[in-house]
Amino acid sequence: MAQAPTAPRRTRPAAPPTPGSVRAILVKILLLGIVDALSIYAAFVLVMQHNWVVAIIVLAVTGLVNWIYFSRRLIPAKYLTPGLIFLAVFQVFVLLYTGYVGFTNYGTGHNGTKEQAVSSLLASSLQRVEDSPAYPATVVDSFGQLGLLVTDPDTGDAYVGTNDQPLAAAPDAEFDGGKAVSAPGWTSLSFAEVIARTDEITQLAVPYSDDPNDGALRTQDGSNAYRYLSTLEYDEQAGTMTNTQTGVVYADQGTGAFVAPDGTELRPGWQITVGFDNFVRAFTEQSIRGPLVYVTIWTFVFAIGSVALTFILGLLLAITFENARMRGVKYYRVLLVLPYAFPAFLSILVWKGMMNESFGFINQVLFAGADIPWLSDPTLAKASALLVNLWLGFPYMFLICTGALQAIPDELTEAATMDGARGWGIFRQIKLPLLLSTTAPVLIASFAFNFNNFNLVYLLNNGGPRDTTTSLPVGHTDLLISMVYKVAFTGQNRDYGLASAFSIIIFLIVAIISVISFSRTKALEEIQR
Amino acid sequence: MKVTRKGALSLGAIAVASAFVLSGCSAGDSGDTPTTGGTLTVWVDAERVDALQGAADAYTEKTGVKVDLVSKDNATIKDDFIQQVPTGEGPDITMGAHDWLGELTTNGVVAPLELGDSADDYLPVAIQAATYEGTVYMLPYAVENIAVLRNADIVPEAATSFDDMIAKGQAAGLTQPFVVEQGAEGNPYHLYPFQTAFGAPVFGTDASGSYDPSDLQLGSDGGYQFADWLASQGKTGTGVFNTDIDGAIAKQAFLDGTAAFWLTGPWNVGAAVDAGINVAIDPVPSPTGEAAQPFAGVKGFFLSAESKNKVAATDFLVNYLGSEDVQLELFKAGNVLPALSAAAESASSDPIIKGFANVGADAVAMPSIPAMGSVWQYWGVAQAAIINGEDPKATWDKLVTDVTAAIS
Repeated sequence: MAQAPTAPRRTRPAAPPTPGSVRAILVKILLLGIVDALSIYAAFVLVMQHNWVVAIIVLAVTGLVNWIYFSRRLIPAKYLTPGLIFLAVFQVFVLLYTGYVGFTNYGTGHNGTKEQAVSSLLASSLQRVEDSPAYPATVVDSFGQLGLLVTDPDTGDAYVGTNDQPLAAAPDAEFDGGKAVSAPGWTSLSFAEVIARTDEITQLAVPYSDDPNDGALRTQDGSNAYRYLSTLEYDEQAGTMTNTQTGVVYADQGTGAFVAPDGTELRPGWQITVGFDNFVRAFTEQSIRGPLVYVTIWTFVFAIGSVALTFILGLLLAITFENARMRGVKYYRVLLVLPYAFPAFLSILVWKGMMNESFGFINQVLFAGADIPWLSDPTLAKASALLVNLWLGFPYMFLICTGALQAIPDELTEAATMDGARGWGIFRQIKLPLLLSTTAPVLIASFAFNFNNFNLVYLLNNGGPRDTTTSLPVGHTDLLISMVYKVAFTGQNRDYGLASAFSIIIFLIVAIISVISFSRTKALEEIQR
Repeated sequence: MKVTRKGALSLGAIAVASAFVLSGCSAGDSGDTPTTGGTLTVWVDAERVDALQGAADAYTEKTGVKVDLVSKDNATIKDDFIQQVPTGEGPDITMGAHDWLGELTTNGVVAPLELGDSADDYLPVAIQAATYEGTVYMLPYAVENIAVLRNADIVPEAATSFDDMIAKGQAAGLTQPFVVEQGAEGNPYHLYPFQTAFGAPVFGTDASGSYDPSDLQLGSDGGYQFADWLASQGKTGTGVFNTDIDGAIAKQAFLDGTAAFWLTGPWNVGAAVDAGINVAIDPVPSPTGEAAQPFAGVKGFFLSAESKNKVAATDFLVNYLGSEDVQLELFKAGNVLPALSAAAESASSDPIIKGFANVGADAVAMPSIPAMGSVWQYWGVAQAAIINGEDPKATWDKLVTDVTAAIS
């Protein structure tokens, strides 16, 4: 390729050199060079972190991209590749991962692997022996074996011991300011050496005496040691945890935690796959099923209602503006499009403030100090959500309908008038069907959007008012998606597995409805042709 | 050829994006494998990065351990920590609040910290808060509690009781002299001082001073008296409490001078002082004569259970961040009372900090046990219902029943 810019070969008549192609090729090489440099840097970083799989994927994708863009064929691939890469990173991966989580018990208390749970349980089961002092300590080494050289704070005597050898007196130790700093036969570790051997030091537990009930000395910072007793013991062969004080044996029964015979679980547990349990729970558990039913109904009401209301209002306005007798159309249009141009997040918060029962603009100014519970009465809150969404959504429908109406040829109206049709008849039998066939995809998209309109529900009222009869923190205006959010991200008990299962269910609902509606629309279009 | 150029352009953008997606985030967040002195990655909330930078540099100079401060958004730091520690990509140390402890230990992402004898150098409430089931998991650096902000230009003297406060404010010609942040779902954190004044804490404590989830004190006689009192001050009563007053409305009322008393935390003092208000900090006026104890929230640092550098991290926390200089440095960044007694004393030369510290002397650590999550879930909604005129006895009954059922 290096000589291509200067001397394009004539052996490939399919791509004759065109003016400017030299510059284009240069730019291409430059840009691909940047891409390659970045991905090689990325791969380098990944290899440093031993992230082999991702590094190989990055390199493979880079190679593929180079091949696609240097090849003289593969024109469609040149168009599609960027989109496909985005699709894979931001959609396919997320979907697959959500799908996977839906089949696990990932959530509070089931956060990591079993090994992590075991080490965490063992670490937190260490209890400092009551009234035991702090021992000034030095980490020492003898032929690769680490030991602790400690000073008894009461007597000032030095002791040394290792993992296998209980503390024994070190009579010849040298002291510095009352703290034993070295002993013959042992090399004292500097702070840098201590840090370098962190893993060994966290494993270092020097038995206090031959009696295991006296506990063991451990150090966390390399300069102070404390005497601990462990209340839990892990039997790796049997896979059980034993409480050394009560004797209770906690066994791994395949539920992702150590469970005692009486059913109490040790926390943390670990992540396991649970098959369809989350889906079964979503439909059978009483505390979830109750809210699920009415939240689903309201979600449909909200999505269909939002689409219908915004479409009707948008269409009405569009028809009005079509009328040639109307003046100042431009200015009205600008005004009408404003709600759409204004950031929705802001509008929703402003509406929330205006709907405040005691201080809001609507009650104070428009209704002269009335106490209308716009957001705290279950029914009225639903109406308020629809109202705000209507305000936010009608300009879009207005724009769409204006465009669609203008695309309908005037001849059709004229012909219909000639045939004796009147205004309403023309609209209902000629314009509306034509309009619907062009706007149907927009309506379906709008339905899917409002079905998952998290922003509005969350910002306006956070799903409230709360339904006090259920144990889930669900409110009367919660949609499925905001309910999922509450299951997964509020309170102290997160349940990512259940929330993912819900997401999959929502995805299926929206997908099925979209497929049905699109096939209906197609039928509609074919009738007209 | 234009096509190719465009394609290559967008490709460049993709490569940049994917390089960051695939490697960038992990490269930024994780500590590298320990080399010479090792590296400590510390997640810090965005406001305190600068305050900690000096301490981090000094520590590097002293020990050779590199301290890498990563600024994090306060709202996501806890969830990020819980999710990333098990993957090995999490930090060695994170900043946080003590009421996360229940969640962090249940998920097994924090390691115990042995403060040793230095535990006595901290305010008792800070150590109580840092302890979970008898083990210390957090190095505290600040103690935060609410108090009453008084507009001293309108009401020159502190109120002696709740009724006195309302009377003093009304005598000054205000219709709503006292404001406190509420919301459609209530705000029990801000009402807790009044509840404790009726002798109804949420949980009782066991012998070691830890909260005992099986001893729910919410349903004691005091709880019902509090519910009655709340109803009498609600919509159908005096109207002192109003669920429509949210944080922004309460703040505006105080800044405008339409309210002379504002029950809030140190985080709002700056706004009031900037607005030119002569602010005095008073204890929460009690409706009963018993002390009105607010919750104390303690901020601190947690050590990751998966840290590869535990020894250096522990040394940095216990022996270094626990020093008076560093605690004072952090104090300057946040204006919240330091958790180290000596630092708290020097910080109290400021009358506002002293005011909060005086109230904090009565404060109780907010429970961090998981059972508290169940309490939060029902508590505020029930209080809001009572304020809005529901029957106090029946609503409180339901609250106690719901919480009891959720905990067991």
